[in-house]
Amino acid sequence: MSQAIARRRLGPGRSYPYGRIAGPLLLLAVWSAAAYGGLLDPRVLSSPGKVLSTAADLIAQGRLQTNLLISLRRALLGLLFGVGAGTGLAVAAGLSRLGESLIDGTMQVKRAIPALALLPLLILWLGIGEEMKVVVIALGVAVSVYVNTYAALTGIDSRYVELAEVVGLSRAAFLRKVVVPGALPGFFIGLRLGVTASWLALIVVEQINATSGIGYMMFQAQQYAQSDVIVVGLLVYGIFGFASDALVRAVERRVLSWRRTLAN
Amino acid sequence: MATDTRELSVEPGEPTTITGGPTPIAGGPSQDAGRPSPDAASGGARPHGGPVVRASRLVRRFGGRTVLDRLELSIAAGEFVALLGRSGSGKSTLLRAVAGLDHEVAGSGELRVPERVSLAFQDSRLLPWLRLLDNVVLGLKRPGAAARGRKALDEVGLAGRERAWPHELSGGEQQRAALARSLVREPELLLADEPFGALDALTRIRMHDLLRELYARHRPAVLLVTHDVDEAVELADRVLVLEDGRVARDVAVDLPAPRTPRDPRFQEYRELLLAALGVSPRPALPSVRTAEETTDDPAQ
Ligand SMILES: Nc1ncnc2c1ncn2[C@@H]1O[C@H](COP(=O)(O)OP(=O)(O)OP(=O)(O)O)[C@@H](O)[C@H]1O
Ligand SMILES: [Mg+2]
Repeated sequence: MSQAIARRRLGPGRSYPYGRIAGPLLLLAVWSAAAYGGLLDPRVLSSPGKVLSTAADLIAQGRLQTNLLISLRRALLGLLFGVGAGTGLAVAAGLSRLGESLIDGTMQVKRAIPALALLPLLILWLGIGEEMKVVVIALGVAVSVYVNTYAALTGIDSRYVELAEVVGLSRAAFLRKVVVPGALPGFFIGLRLGVTASWLALIVVEQINATSGIGYMMFQAQQYAQSDVIVVGLLVYGIFGFASDALVRAVERRVLSWRRTLAN
Repeated sequence: MATDTRELSVEPGEPTTITGGPTPIAGGPSQDAGRPSPDAASGGARPHGGPVVRASRLVRRFGGRTVLDRLELSIAAGEFVALLGRSGSGKSTLLRAVAGLDHEVAGSGELRVPERVSLAFQDSRLLPWLRLLDNVVLGLKRPGAAARGRKALDEVGLAGRERAWPHELSGGEQQRAALARSLVREPELLLADEPFGALDALTRIRMHDLLRELYARHRPAVLLVTHDVDEAVELADRVLVLEDGRVARDVAVDLPAPRTPRDPRFQEYRELLLAALGVSPRPALPSVRTAEETTDDPAQ
């Protein structure tokens, strides 16, 4: 009998099916055990059952859906404008020297100022309505998308540029065949960070001067010490944050199917 | 033939008639260079027509260093020229100049190159996000591009792999795909910078056969940069040795078709070229390749 010699595998190996939700499920199990084992004071944190029944109540009253729709609309609009602006600015800065000198320095300065630090100024300019909320979200998203997309655009392998010159690609074909596909991985990193940034900004703007939305609902619950409603809000944020990231990942996997990385 | 003149700065002077090197060597095997070769496929056919590449007084500088120093070069249509030289002698610099890739490099001189030039790099340089066929036809506009790309892949033995991603191919297969990409454009001039440098010896022999076959079929003029003296003698009509920024040696190789290192005249050429490169050739052991180890600049 001969023994096969296998090298120690340094890549992480195959991923488990549905492996990504194992962690959250474990967390849920621990929470249930603590709540039903009497280790948790309901005033500090409600049990999963109480949270579920509260969620059912909120749905029956229509409060959850209404607030959720408003929140989703803000997040989506902010994301849309942020991604558009971030990508547009990155393309302008990455592909033209004029754009680079005008935009990149400005964006680096903007990057150093957290979007939320601009809140007082934006409230002064735009009031406390929807525009202000969408703009705050869009600003945070735009910076994430810009920084990563710009880095990807300027980091295109010069050997590929040389190849494009040798085979005589037109400028348009060069952009289509080399620049865009080469920069897409960076864009997707920016997009995923942008999605995260949009939820973060949403939470903040909805707890300041808001009269609707999931964040407002949670803020109100805090006034009346309803920890179950707060947890429902957290769960909604968590579910949508998780789902949106999973969606971006799925799109990314499809678009970047040529890539072979540690991920698969 | 359409020629694209990239004129960097034309200095007035007498018209230059160059055949490559300043001194055709006497006593070497190139004495009988004028004789027609018996076999066209081996690349032995003498060039026909006027030069497709012509460089005169070509100068290229990096900082204070003059890498190409009033270099004269001319390559005839359909001629297979190999370029040897120590590491750092300026082979790649010359190739990049001919390919028009040396933006922002200081220099002067006159350079005429044909319209359709292909360049094969040392790495295969396939775009990882394009499938093989799309890589091969990259930049081709005509409607028949896909069909021609398929044919080119077939020619290099990659039929059926059109939809493969580059990373799914072996190194040799990637290099063959790169060759297909070079030839699908039907270049008048094929430039190659150590295209087989990264391949193992066995694959390299196969690639030599393939290149010879493709060359016989398409007949571009070829300028092949290599470190391997045997490769040069085996494939080329003419071997140039670059030294001090000029073509120091211009050796016409006149050997019959299946060129084999066992041929004593093959040995003659090899020794001559090794001597020109400043290395003392090893005792003739035809089956042992000595080229890489000995032609590398020891200072490197
Ligand atoms: N972009 C550059 N900037 C500065 N110096 C350069 C540049 N490109 C080449 N050189 C210098 O020019 C000289 C010739 O380089 P080149 O790449 O043409 O050599 P080579 O003959 O191709 O060498 P090798 O056989 O190692 O590939 C070298 O001394 C190199 O350092
Ligand atoms: Mg080189």
